[in-house]
Amino acid sequence: MKSFEEISKLLINQFPSINFEIKSDVKFEPYIIVPPNQIDNVCLFLRDNIDLQFDSLVNLSAVDDFNGEKTKDEQGNDIMKGGTLSLYYHLESIKYRHKILLRVLTDRDNPSVLSVTSVWNSANWHEREAFDLFGINFINHPDLRRILMPYDWEFGHPLRKDYQNPEFYQGMKVPY
Amino acid sequence: MGLLDKEFSEGNIIITTTENLFNWARLSSLWQVSFGLACCAIEMMATSASHYDFDRFGVIPRPSPRQSDVIIVSGTVTLKMALRVKRLYEQMPDPKYVISMGSCSNCGGPYWEHGYHVLKGVDRVIPVDVYVPGCPPRPEALLEGLLKLQEKIRNESLSKS
Repeated sequence: MKSFEEISKLLINQFPSINFEIKSDVKFEPYIIVPPNQIDNVCLFLRDNIDLQFDSLVNLSAVDDFNGEKTKDEQGNDIMKGGTLSLYYHLESIKYRHKILLRVLTDRDNPSVLSVTSVWNSANWHEREAFDLFGINFINHPDLRRILMPYDWEFGHPLRKDYQNPEFYQGMKVPY
Repeated sequence: MGLLDKEFSEGNIIITTTENLFNWARLSSLWQVSFGLACCAIEMMATSASHYDFDRFGVIPRPSPRQSDVIIVSGTVTLKMALRVKRLYEQMPDPKYVISMGSCSNCGGPYWEHGYHVLKGVDRVIPVDVYVPGCPPRPEALLEGLLKLQEKIRNESLSKS
């Protein structure tokens, strides 16, 4: 079982060219910020390193940070320009019983992150969900389709904080 | 009765109207579409199980809508599912009945305001005969809903007026 500090030290030694941000002075679980174009390499290392063996992706979830430039449209609804979307990767090693939390920040207007489906197959549906609800484009994903919303949903990604629900879908009234 | 009054002594002849016979036959064997949507479906299954025994009212699940008389919409109708519910309903032969079970199916339930994916009441796509309130309704409530539907069928008429 390795501590958060030991795991981050191993990561920094393995990838000297990547600029990790180690966030250990937070109130909740400490985490490591990984660049979106390196997340697959980092995850592969975490899975295959003999002392780490993170064989389980417990959860992969997205958050709309909503920290860009806030403006209003004609109807007075919030519109966000710029800012970031976050992805959180909860990893656990079943053998060593240690855990780590990774965070990936991506551009809110053009979010694209490398897929980790090749590392853990369970990431497939998690990434489809993040794509469906937040519009994050996962590069190298084998089957990036909507998973929860209807396949022909053309009104955007519902968990974004500036999302507007449509009046009608397929002739059915949507608002109450 | 007049001429035929008390002329039959065997005791195995019942005299009724066509209307009553049809209504009695319909309400006594309401076959439901074997179909569930959310937590209400668990209560519906409990109602079908031996303790509450839906079968004593002639309600049995049929695996095909083409052999069914009633569809119990048991749970949250998402927009994605609403199109399928409508198609299932359209595949059922007449006469057909709809029981809307639980708050979600009645009016959207807890998803009424922020449920971007939920249809706010199944009556927006198919006509509902009986609404059963509850979240989820207890089996007794669903049984009550069924009895209400039977009462409705019992009072149906073949004539137009």
